Amino acid sequence: MLNVALPKGRLGEKVYDMFEKSGYDCPLIREENRKLIFENSKTGVRFFWVKPSDVSIYVERGAADIGVAGKDILLEYKPDVYELLDLNVGKCKMVVAAKKEFRDDGIKILKVATKFTNIAADYYAGLGRDIDIIKLNGSIELAPILGLSDIIVDIVETGKTLKENNLEVKETILPISARLIANKASFNFKRETIEKIVFAIKGQVEKSD
Amino acid sequence: MIDQKLMRFEEKAVFTLRSLYRKYGYLPYKMSKFEEYELYIRNKDFLVSDRVISFNDTNGKLMALKPDVTLSIIKGGEDRAGEKQRVFYNENVYRVSESTHRFKEIMQTGLECIGDIDIYDIYEVISLAAQSLATICDDFYIEISNMDVVCSVLSGVCGNKEFVNAAIKCISQKNKHDLKTVCNEFSVDENGYRKISNLISLYGERSAVIESIKEICEPTLVDIMIKLSNLLRKSEFGDRIKFDFSAVNDMNYYNGFVFKGFVSGIFCDVLSGGQYDNMMKRMKRKSSAVGFALYLDRMDDLNCKEVSYDVDYVLIYDELTDFMKLSSKVKEFIDSGFSVSTQKTVPANLRYKNILYLNKEG
Repeated sequence: MLNVALPKGRLGEKVYDMFEKSGYDCPLIREENRKLIFENSKTGVRFFWVKPSDVSIYVERGAADIGVAGKDILLEYKPDVYELLDLNVGKCKMVVAAKKEFRDDGIKILKVATKFTNIAADYYAGLGRDIDIIKLNGSIELAPILGLSDIIVDIVETGKTLKENNLEVKETILPISARLIANKASFNFKRETIEKIVFAIKGQVEKSD
Repeated sequence: MIDQKLMRFEEKAVFTLRSLYRKYGYLPYKMSKFEEYELYIRNKDFLVSDRVISFNDTNGKLMALKPDVTLSIIKGGEDRAGEKQRVFYNENVYRVSESTHRFKEIMQTGLECIGDIDIYDIYEVISLAAQSLATICDDFYIEISNMDVVCSVLSGVCGNKEFVNAAIKCISQKNKHDLKTVCNEFSVDENGYRKISNLISLYGERSAVIESIKEICEPTLVDIMIKLSNLLRKSEFGDRIKFDFSAVNDMNYYNGFVFKGFVSGIFCDVLSGGQYDNMMKRMKRKSSAVGFALYLDRMDDLNCKEVSYDVDYVLIYDELTDFMKLSSKVKEFIDSGFSVSTQKTVPANLRYKNILYLNKEG
């Protein structure tokens, strides 16, 4: 049985569709219930929904053999996993945003509010810019509005929230999309099954391109 | 007489491995728990974790509790033309745990072969790595990569150091999609991308990998891979040893063959090793070297068979009990192969199979 960790929410549903179209369906998952684990003994696949930021942990620690995680999570937590496929869904950007009128004069330490402290630290270390990181867990956009930070480092999909709050994108750090990841040990012991799934899903990705 | 049944998994493994390594002429290497702090600071990238417990010795010298064994072995040895130093160790090392981010004492076992190394020595070390894993679990795999092959392919495509580091990261993740982005950033053409991408796709059965590698790699390196593969074919666990170029390691220290071992039921690699001639050069040694370390602490889950009781018998006695009778009763149980705990009351947390009361009358 191959354990697959899917991210809860809209992205997870999109990704499950890809599994289903690739022949790895599990009808139970479509039913209204509070179950956490769904198994199809015919296809030999067991799905479970987890918090998106936890998928990489489940895979790295072997509770899931494969899973789907955003590139943002992979860069932030740096799990020791294989990154087998770019699924080309869940596309967004990791950006630096601030109030429209903000200009970085480079003189004082830049106050950065973010959920992604490692990505922000790596980005500004690359630029050689001194920063003060303020770790927040949600409503990041509030920080520059209330003067908690100068800028934010966050994920932007459409930019609508930024616009409505008089904020704008100042820099794009990198594009984000969902990736199919695998546990390194599982890849050795369940290689054929994982390869079959990757091949089938790759077909789905290419179709949608 | 040591009863092996009573040994913990770690103790049993060390006991078995010691006897295996001795058979191949490896001698035990014993070292101090402390080492000069400077040794680790100079080579911190070589360490699994770069944080070290340090303290001032009575003479003021800054010392460290050993986070690694290999560096001490390199430092303590000397180069003698044509000779090989074969040593094994099982030592406690002190590292920061990846999960708790606090220092942890870890039992590490491994071996090093240092000196005039040839392909036979590399084969023997990999074969011993396989035998070590086989003593722990029937279902295991060893992945072997070759850093010289990886470097030769990468430098043939683009010599930029930043590119090489970024590409190595993609290879270690089997990540072809980000490799494409890296190649675009460094203006590497489609042909160059395809070469590295092929390297990522090359894993599995050794002869199949060798056939494909011929197209992208220098013949001298292919020849070395063939020689090792042929030697492994005749070894007991040859079918459990695969080529996989994702098993890369730091080029500043490692060269040639590097490898990782996995056992079924453990989520990460439990064995890591390879040739570290570059490390030897950094430490001003002329010899070549190859070795591996086995992380016994990562194998806790393998032997977690639940034991439903702590002792076979609890023997309850009181102040009037004849101690001669108590002593002979205990001996009687032990001679019959049972474990026994003498107590005055039944301990709350002790799990036992049977309980017996021994009073004045016996």
